[in-house]
Amino acid sequence: MAMNRIVSSSSSISNLHLLRSLSQPLLRRPFSSHADDDKTILTVETSVPFTGHRCEPPSRSIETTPKELLSFFKDMALMRRMEIAADSLYKAKLIRGFCHLYDGQEAVSVGMEAAITKKDCIITAYRDHCIYLGRGGTLVEAFAELMGRKGGCSKGKGGSMHFYKKDSGFYGGHGIVGAQIPLGVGLAFAQKYSKDNTVTFALYGDGAANQGQLFEALNIAALWDLPAILVCENNHYGMGTAEWRAAKSPAYYKRGDYVPGLKVDGMDALAVKQACKFAKEHALKNGPIILEMDTYRYHGHSMSDPGSTYRTRDEITGVRQERDPLERIRKLVLSHDLATAAELKDIEKIFRKQVDDAIAEAKESPMPDPPELFTNVYVKGFGVEAYGPDRKEVRSILP
Amino acid sequence: MIRQPSWVGTLSGTKQIALNTNNLSLIGFGRLGLTLRPQVRSQLTYLEKKEVAARIAQITTRHELLRFEALREGLEEEMDRDPRVCVMGEDVGRYGGSYKVTKGLAPKYGDLRVLDTPIAENSFTGMAIGSAMIGLRTIIEGMNMGFLLLAFNQISNNCCMLHYTSSGQFTIPVVIRGLGGVERQLGAKHSQRLESYFQSVPGLQMVACSTPYKAKGLMKAAIRSENPVILYEHVLLYNLKERIPDEEYVLSLEEAEVVRPGEHVTILTYSWMRYMQVAKTLVNKGYDPEIIDIRSLKPFDLYTIGNSVKKTHRVLIVEECMRTGGIGASLRAAIIENFWDYLDAPIMCLSSQDVPTPYAGTLEEWTVVQPAQIVTAVEQLCSS
Repeated sequence: MAMNRIVSSSSSISNLHLLRSLSQPLLRRPFSSHADDDKTILTVETSVPFTGHRCEPPSRSIETTPKELLSFFKDMALMRRMEIAADSLYKAKLIRGFCHLYDGQEAVSVGMEAAITKKDCIITAYRDHCIYLGRGGTLVEAFAELMGRKGGCSKGKGGSMHFYKKDSGFYGGHGIVGAQIPLGVGLAFAQKYSKDNTVTFALYGDGAANQGQLFEALNIAALWDLPAILVCENNHYGMGTAEWRAAKSPAYYKRGDYVPGLKVDGMDALAVKQACKFAKEHALKNGPIILEMDTYRYHGHSMSDPGSTYRTRDEITGVRQERDPLERIRKLVLSHDLATAAELKDIEKIFRKQVDDAIAEAKESPMPDPPELFTNVYVKGFGVEAYGPDRKEVRSILP
Repeated sequence: MIRQPSWVGTLSGTKQIALNTNNLSLIGFGRLGLTLRPQVRSQLTYLEKKEVAARIAQITTRHELLRFEALREGLEEEMDRDPRVCVMGEDVGRYGGSYKVTKGLAPKYGDLRVLDTPIAENSFTGMAIGSAMIGLRTIIEGMNMGFLLLAFNQISNNCCMLHYTSSGQFTIPVVIRGLGGVERQLGAKHSQRLESYFQSVPGLQMVACSTPYKAKGLMKAAIRSENPVILYEHVLLYNLKERIPDEEYVLSLEEAEVVRPGEHVTILTYSWMRYMQVAKTLVNKGYDPEIIDIRSLKPFDLYTIGNSVKKTHRVLIVEECMRTGGIGASLRAAIIENFWDYLDAPIMCLSSQDVPTPYAGTLEEWTVVQPAQIVTAVEQLCSS
């Protein structure tokens, strides 16, 4: 039952004919000139229309530029490569513990980044490697953190589930399912407090969508009109439990009840971008909104889960053929003649090498020193100043 | 090590101690504000002590208030000082707080700084932590300590671990105010003492305030601290009256306070236990107890406690926590580990019974430590 729903939700091949008629006239142009060509606007239709709950869904036609399409392709290719490399590193026992891979869901990260700025905040759960990359994290830092080295983004003390990048608004990286949603609403509260005109995207999965704290936080966000956007990355399986076995109502975009919602094809980066832009405008004016990204993960829940005990291999290959986000962008690029297939293959080869180089560099990074065990438990030195009414200062600094 | 005062000159046959920055070591922050450290006080004559008290009284003017007003004063001063400070809790805004601590703050600071939340401890604690990640300094009020158990995941996993797992990128300067303790027959679920549950969470600081002077000073220190702090307030002490200085002051979060210096036995206690009035009974019986309000429950101020143990060689811990895994248990272990050689008798620990707090008045009395038990314990300790 679930399988039919996933495979039949889009058929990109038939839409290509639609795309050809809407796009600019075909001209063979060399690959390199497109990077500078910002004037061309391409109008692309999403695979499926948006479905709205208590809101008017945005239009299906999205304007994009060749530069953007190519950047989508590059970002997603890099993310895909990174996750596959992480898979091999885990099997080589260089990454230990938990490793939750994001391949198949890259369009959500890439589309979201295209719609927002680095001042907007993103907070997610443990499937955070690609979102970290999208927010500006480097490959070396990511791999070093996965391998527990000093050069990692959390100096090796966080691990796969605790990637953070405060300066570009990436707030992690959280291990407990659903606990990041109140944190995300808190970020939105702080944004409203400082009158930043920015928003927070709090990502969670279909498994977390049944957590009580989600609805508590949503209630508060709606009451106080906070600029919080809750994004459900619905990959249809909460570890081994399919969504129809866990939720009485798997229409997660409607679960907000009084909060508007939008259902988006999460495998279409352009649809994601459109939805996030719409959501940002909505959140700044009217308060919280829920976005449900209909997406899919090819790997299992984590590296210890083969991913095939609760779903068939046919289903996985079916989605890979019909709805793969990378392939969709590749077809768009090829159909608009922005690059040849060989050029795209070259890009992927370059990224493969980049990832290998990053892994080699990350391996060079040393393990953290033993004293690092005790750093950052408290803010250094306690450092609170105490003084009596006579204003003479006594500073207590513990060794 | 007794610090020697520096004598500046003499005034009509008595020694005058210069109160300047060099002699800060002489000045302690006692119950009445500025006071001399016990080691120094014991070296002065009666007339000298009167002189110093007069000098100190000249420096500070005082006003009298109740403890909940002191907390409010501290809160208000910090909210005035730093626009990033906000208070989040149930009924803290329009209602003024269930113990009137935040009364009058909502009309003054507005809805965005004094926030009435719905009854959703888990999520509003999470929200406070999230806002602290960006830079706000939020104070979370748990209407009763026991409700904070609903937010245990947020406090333990997010609040206290984020500084560590992000390797310093985020600081979480939240203050969690836990109102609780065994009050007049509130029942089992509303008489929780959470010090014992939170004490092993790494990354957390815990302080317990008792008097108005300490409440205001610790509240201000907790708000200014960059670490997550839990401030334990015992509900029975809200109407305690005291004269506190008019000028601004901030206490240290990691210090213990010697309330009554003595020679025979060290009584370590915190929060409500201080008001058992045992001191008078014991003095009448001929004992000289040194009563220390440990104030900082995590980390323990082993410097002050250790000095006291080295002096008296006998320790009695009086607490309101449960016997199993309570603050007393950890304190006992810490003292044994560090000051074993100085002990003349086994450390005695008087704590609440390991039972849910019953409703019936007589049973509730027997759950917590009573003054008579403290006197018996001291007699036992001093006789061995």
